Amino acid sequence: MGESLYTELEWLPRPPEDFAQRCRALRELTGEAGREVRALASFALDENKLSRLAKAIEALRATSGALQPLTPFRVGIISNATSHFMVPALTATAARYGIALECVEANYGQLMQEALDTDSMINRARPDVVLLAIDYRGLALDVAMGNAGAVVDAVERALDELRLMRDAFRRNSGASCIFQTLARPVESSFGSLDLALPGTRRNVIDLFNRKLSNDLAGKEDLLLDVAGLAETVGLSAWHDPALWNIGKIPFANSYLPVYADLTCRLIAALRGKSRRCLVMDLDNTLWGGVIGDDGLEGIVLGQGDAQGEAFMTVQSAALALRERGIVLAISSKNNDEIARLPFRQHPEMLVRENHVAVFQANWNDKATNIRAIADELSLGLESLVFLDDNPAERRLVRDMLPEVAVPELPDDPAYYARTLLAAGYFEALVFSPEDQKRADFYQDNARRVTLQRSSGDLDAYLRSLDMTITFRPFDEIGRARIAQLINKSNQFNLTTQRYSEAQVREFEADPNCFTLQVRLIDMFGDNGMISVIICSCEADQWLIDTWLMSCRVLGRRVEQAVLQELVSHARNLGIVRIIGTYRATGRNRLVEDHYAKLGFTECPCQTEGSTLWSLDLSTYVDISLPMKVVSSPT
Amino acid sequence: MEDPILTRLTPIFREVFDDDALVLKPEMTASDVDGWDSLAHIRLILSVQKAFGVKFSAVEMSRLKNVADLVALTKHKQTGGAVP
Repeated sequence: MGESLYTELEWLPRPPEDFAQRCRALRELTGEAGREVRALASFALDENKLSRLAKAIEALRATSGALQPLTPFRVGIISNATSHFMVPALTATAARYGIALECVEANYGQLMQEALDTDSMINRARPDVVLLAIDYRGLALDVAMGNAGAVVDAVERALDELRLMRDAFRRNSGASCIFQTLARPVESSFGSLDLALPGTRRNVIDLFNRKLSNDLAGKEDLLLDVAGLAETVGLSAWHDPALWNIGKIPFANSYLPVYADLTCRLIAALRGKSRRCLVMDLDNTLWGGVIGDDGLEGIVLGQGDAQGEAFMTVQSAALALRERGIVLAISSKNNDEIARLPFRQHPEMLVRENHVAVFQANWNDKATNIRAIADELSLGLESLVFLDDNPAERRLVRDMLPEVAVPELPDDPAYYARTLLAAGYFEALVFSPEDQKRADFYQDNARRVTLQRSSGDLDAYLRSLDMTITFRPFDEIGRARIAQLINKSNQFNLTTQRYSEAQVREFEADPNCFTLQVRLIDMFGDNGMISVIICSCEADQWLIDTWLMSCRVLGRRVEQAVLQELVSHARNLGIVRIIGTYRATGRNRLVEDHYAKLGFTECPCQTEGSTLWSLDLSTYVDISLPMKVVSSPT
Repeated sequence: MEDPILTRLTPIFREVFDDDALVLKPEMTASDVDGWDSLAHIRLILSVQKAFGVKFSAVEMSRLKNVADLVALTKHKQTGGAVP
């Protein structure tokens, strides 16, 4: 799965065998055909199927009211390229968003004329918006290389031309405009230098796109980020020089369905039809496995496991949506108490109960639950998106509640988040002041961090990372990850003792052992479990059997924090000395001086390849650490 | 027996021209099929390229006079040949 996500609109269900018959049947429908049109538009349609459906829509349009309850919308299209192909694609795709779209096309290449002539086809039609489907070939952006001033002038001139068209359309037809960013051609002049050198196509188009999005779009006019789409699917696939030569076709036709979808999302957003709530299933959607069967320690979630990380990606995507104002809800076939367990107790869960507006875990069918969620939130069903790995549940919800958007998901959970986001359900035209306030808060934090980082003081830098270190004794939830770290850590590993998961379980219960699992969270996110320590007790001293750490948190003073934690527990238990061993393996030179750096004294008694170190607890003085420490009782 | 490529082209023509009764014959030209204009021609060619996994050049496209030419070109491309 990759590029086909976007060419095949893989988040949409495949069209049924009888698609053509159903399109034909539309023409015989008496009364409101809008619902069936929308249902047909909601499949993944290629260009030919879009054309077929568009033809049926055009036939229905002749009868007044036949497209009810779709919302009528009229778009004018001007282009420097052939726009005929866009018309059926846009017409059919708009129905997917509940819109009965009527396209008014200007004659080929008639851009400024169409805007300025009060009696032009588009101005007479008084469209709701005018789509300026202009690509890089339609603007005079060729300038001499190496002249930065000329680049700024050329970009300003091109923007002025667009402003002129925009002002004329607004005056003559009352329509606002949709501006497109420019997908740059792939052919380069110098190579990597193209990015930096003023006057190269890449350089000019980059500046144009930035200024277009900053200066022109966003107020009354809309921005269609064609450049972003083209980059997403790959510029070399997007641009097809043969098609341009044959018929002035501006981009590869295989992207017409996704281009149309992107455009219609904007129109839908303009008409308040974007979705606002993400309803999520739990088992095998937010984590791997079934909480009711596998239990808290059996579900797959978290760092260090490919599948566990995939589910974390789904959770962080959900949280990111929440950050921008999308409401999160849960719908799961589960016992409520059991379903909430991971939210309350699983250390790797990112989505927590307080992120979830409505939590529906019961044995009702999902359609009933989703309807209850919509009622609870006072949202219409057409505001909801339902994410579920189970094809049967998706099918049921689609059949029972056709208003709810239900993305198809691939088999591999690694692609769940990408697929959900590719569907563009939550298109927004603005970021509202309420959302923005929240963003400001985070931005303030970020600014503080930048200042501290530039001070050059290591501890200040570490403090700016906003770290929280968490210590817990070994337990069932951490067991698998502890065993994994014990068996794969080589570099920061003092003794390289390997233990099986069963042996790790024995440590949990052994009264003569003191164990720690250490986690670290910082401003960049949760690093997961990053350190494991096992001490065995011998009279009034502790022997450190295992001390290992993930190398990605080197230089964070985690070792000092661990020692301080060990010392504090040891003192409480009346221990007077801690003994550490360094056993060289050829791969752990990194920690040769580990104990020396921590203030241990080397013991004279040692065996081949090992050094022995001792720390007298009466001499240990507590230090201040650049992180918050959370310690749970043993 | 009908040419197997002609058999495979039939559903493509039906899809592109939205006519499920369309029966393809080698001697057919654009004027015989309702809606076969220059734009539909491009859609047709793109659909054929996709279905057969082949690519035609602009010159090859412009040389096509009838359905038989399209069958011949597709067959030729499928067997890995260059422009005849």
